[in-house]
Amino acid sequence: MTSKPGEQVLSIENLQVAFATDAGTVNAVNGVSLEVRAGEVLAVVGESGSGKSVTARSVLRLLPSTAVTRGAIYLAGRDVLKLDREQLRQARGRDAAMVFQEPSLALNPVYTVGWQIIEGLRAHTPKGQRFDAKAARAKAIEILGKVGIPEPEVRIDYYPHQFSGGQKQRVVIACALVLEPKLILADEPTTALDVTVQAEILDLLRTARELTGAAIVLITHNMGVVADMADRVAVMYQGQLVEQAEVHELFANPKQQYTKRLLAAVPRIGQSAKPAFTADASVPPTVRAENLEVVYPGRFGRPGFKAVAGVNFEIHAGEVVGLVGESGSGKTTIGRAMVGLAKATGGSMKVLGFDVVGAKARQFKAVADQVGFVFQDPASSFNPLLTVGEAIAEPMLVHKVQASVAAARADIEALLAAVQLPVEYFDRYPHELSGGQRQRASLARALALKPKLVIADEPTSALDVSVQAKVLELFAKLQREFGFACLFITHDLAVVDQIAHRVLVMHRGELVEQGETRDVLTNPQQQYTKRLVQSSPIADPTLQRAKAAARH
Amino acid sequence: MRGLKKLFTTGLIGSARRSRGVQRFMLITGLVLTAAFLLLAALAPILAPYGFAQLQDSHGYFGSQQPPSSAHLLGTTVGGMDVLSRVLWGSQTALLVIVFAVAMSIFAGVILGLLSGYFGGWLDRILVVVADAVFAFPSLLLAIALSIVISGGRSGLFSGILATASSITVVYIPQYFRVVRAETLRTKNEAFVESAKVLGASHTRIMFRHIFRNATRTLPLIMTLNASEAILTLAGLGFLGFGIDPTMGAEWGYDLNRSVADVSAGIWWTSVFPGVAIVLVVLGITLVGESLNDLADPRLRNRRAANLDELEVAQGGDSA
Repeated sequence: MTSKPGEQVLSIENLQVAFATDAGTVNAVNGVSLEVRAGEVLAVVGESGSGKSVTARSVLRLLPSTAVTRGAIYLAGRDVLKLDREQLRQARGRDAAMVFQEPSLALNPVYTVGWQIIEGLRAHTPKGQRFDAKAARAKAIEILGKVGIPEPEVRIDYYPHQFSGGQKQRVVIACALVLEPKLILADEPTTALDVTVQAEILDLLRTARELTGAAIVLITHNMGVVADMADRVAVMYQGQLVEQAEVHELFANPKQQYTKRLLAAVPRIGQSAKPAFTADASVPPTVRAENLEVVYPGRFGRPGFKAVAGVNFEIHAGEVVGLVGESGSGKTTIGRAMVGLAKATGGSMKVLGFDVVGAKARQFKAVADQVGFVFQDPASSFNPLLTVGEAIAEPMLVHKVQASVAAARADIEALLAAVQLPVEYFDRYPHELSGGQRQRASLARALALKPKLVIADEPTSALDVSVQAKVLELFAKLQREFGFACLFITHDLAVVDQIAHRVLVMHRGELVEQGETRDVLTNPQQQYTKRLVQSSPIADPTLQRAKAAARH
Repeated sequence: MRGLKKLFTTGLIGSARRSRGVQRFMLITGLVLTAAFLLLAALAPILAPYGFAQLQDSHGYFGSQQPPSSAHLLGTTVGGMDVLSRVLWGSQTALLVIVFAVAMSIFAGVILGLLSGYFGGWLDRILVVVADAVFAFPSLLLAIALSIVISGGRSGLFSGILATASSITVVYIPQYFRVVRAETLRTKNEAFVESAKVLGASHTRIMFRHIFRNATRTLPLIMTLNASEAILTLAGLGFLGFGIDPTMGAEWGYDLNRSVADVSAGIWWTSVFPGVAIVLVVLGITLVGESLNDLADPRLRNRRAANLDELEVAQGGDSA
């Protein structure tokens, strides 16, 4: 069912979507008009809450029952919003298919991947025609092979948990491709994946487009992915379409204020100018890890899992060290081991002179007042029942620096001012703050006791780029003012470049490379670091495409 | 105080305000029935025309199984007591049993659940096994056994109430224990608890300042559901003859038991009124609990449909 290039596959006309909530009707999409032609990749970008996902989901009417829509969505010449149940069922998968963000949630764990691919074929067997199980299986094997799963005839009978995250996303794409839809809606298809895997999945989507001639609507917040994939870009902001342009044009010459701001906020490698750092040799290092090992105990007599295997590094007073790696590389484990949230099992790691290896939870209290920790998820890092002021006062109360929240008020207000939050936020509850504001409050809490060491575990990865840029800026400023040493854990090389003096690269529990940030990022020595740098998309279509071409 | 006020405003009144349609009807019906029950229990000494064990007044004995009349609005029982008075006084007994049973089981269940969930290890394993064992017991049988152990079968008003409440308590502790333990397990892995650990806060502080109130948010719902079960257990005990002595307190289950023989003789008033009282109170409390549960869950809560026209008016009708 391939379509001629240039033929219109999807046309959205003045779409409006509203949701019923406790606070009344909330408008999610307000008057969006879009057009997608066969064979093109349209990227829809925007921050969280901009309505980009809702727009994509309305194409298949995958909205919750509280939603109301108005306008028209022409898919294969018919208005989706006016289809009856049976017509809608037939249109789903055949006219447009969906690739979801989280592949482990999009696949049903109790069925084999083959069954899930065939499910689509079974659902779309024409009326009156017998479903041919053998042919369907052959087709499923063929499509699995096409999406790059090795030994498809064997692995068709595997269950989702037997695949890695990237392979699962390949299976999800296979499910979408098997009916040869004219349109693929990909909702943040690589957000849950590591950068090296992300590059592979983007390549796969590109191949799929070439093979079937399908149009792709790519929903993403990552400008690097846009630069890599898109032909045309639609920028959404607060439910409205702000700007729509060809990709090179948009990056080179953004017309709207919002687009300019969005592009400016994207961190780029080699862009930051931070002063060089020289360690003071007379002061002992704040953290010194020698041969550090962290082994998680195995269950039922099985051998344990070695999350960190023999790692050596130092963090000097006043130095920001970036720790990068993909999920499962052990980077977070190192940070957690420093404060006793993970148990270090071998070697030694001296944090401010205190060896955490073999230490009991109680003993950590000795250095707890000199170490601050910033957590990844701003939503869960605050007790929902304490006000922001009470939460920031906690460290002072626990270490008896202040007798009560009221006594600490002046100090806390100074901290709030330091992290650029209005002092009125003292009496607010965490849920009344936005993600970026909560991360600022989290910083204030970490700095409450003027610590010598701050561990930041992906503090900006849950934030939108424009918010991330501001938080990083604030972080760098506070680091200069307070002069703390910092372990900054992240998976984003561009963020490391912006903030860290030195960088450590982790891969499967081992430290593969360390050095000055600039050196490592521009001139990586190790194979893995090279691949990591190579895979990180750059928010520039010309450069990124040259890089992607070089990868092949 | 702030916590209590918040619980009340966001809990009951907030829920009532947020509710719509059938859910609103359920909640309001439940609240009215429950309020009536509480009111009757409180005012029983004023409203009841006679005492719960009174057999005679200045005009002599009431007489056995008298049909409803102006002197006895709901008739008299086989034992010659006024049915209306027994029903009214019975609400007081029921309320006392609920209050004692729920208070005791919440207290024990919450503490055990917190400790078990937070510390884990062997303490957790033992407590879970004990709770499972209690779960496995038929609850009424357990209550009977306990009421015999505690009071030797039958007793006065206060010791009777205490015995019944304690036996209900034992049966319900595992429910609170389970819920609080599960919530504690979930909460203790949240970043804010880890944050408190990193600060060097003590176990007691983490448990009571950071976990306790977050782990007990669903308790009001279980409380209402348990309160209605407590009434049924009390009535069951009374019906089987292990409840409160009729001369010491009025109890609906006991009255039902005594009226079994009346039903076949066409004497309906002795059984219908205590029976209806049980049904209405259980229904009322259950409705409150169920609708609170539905309203607390954003996925189950009914809302007014979204209205695009309203938005356009608010925006000045600019989009045509």
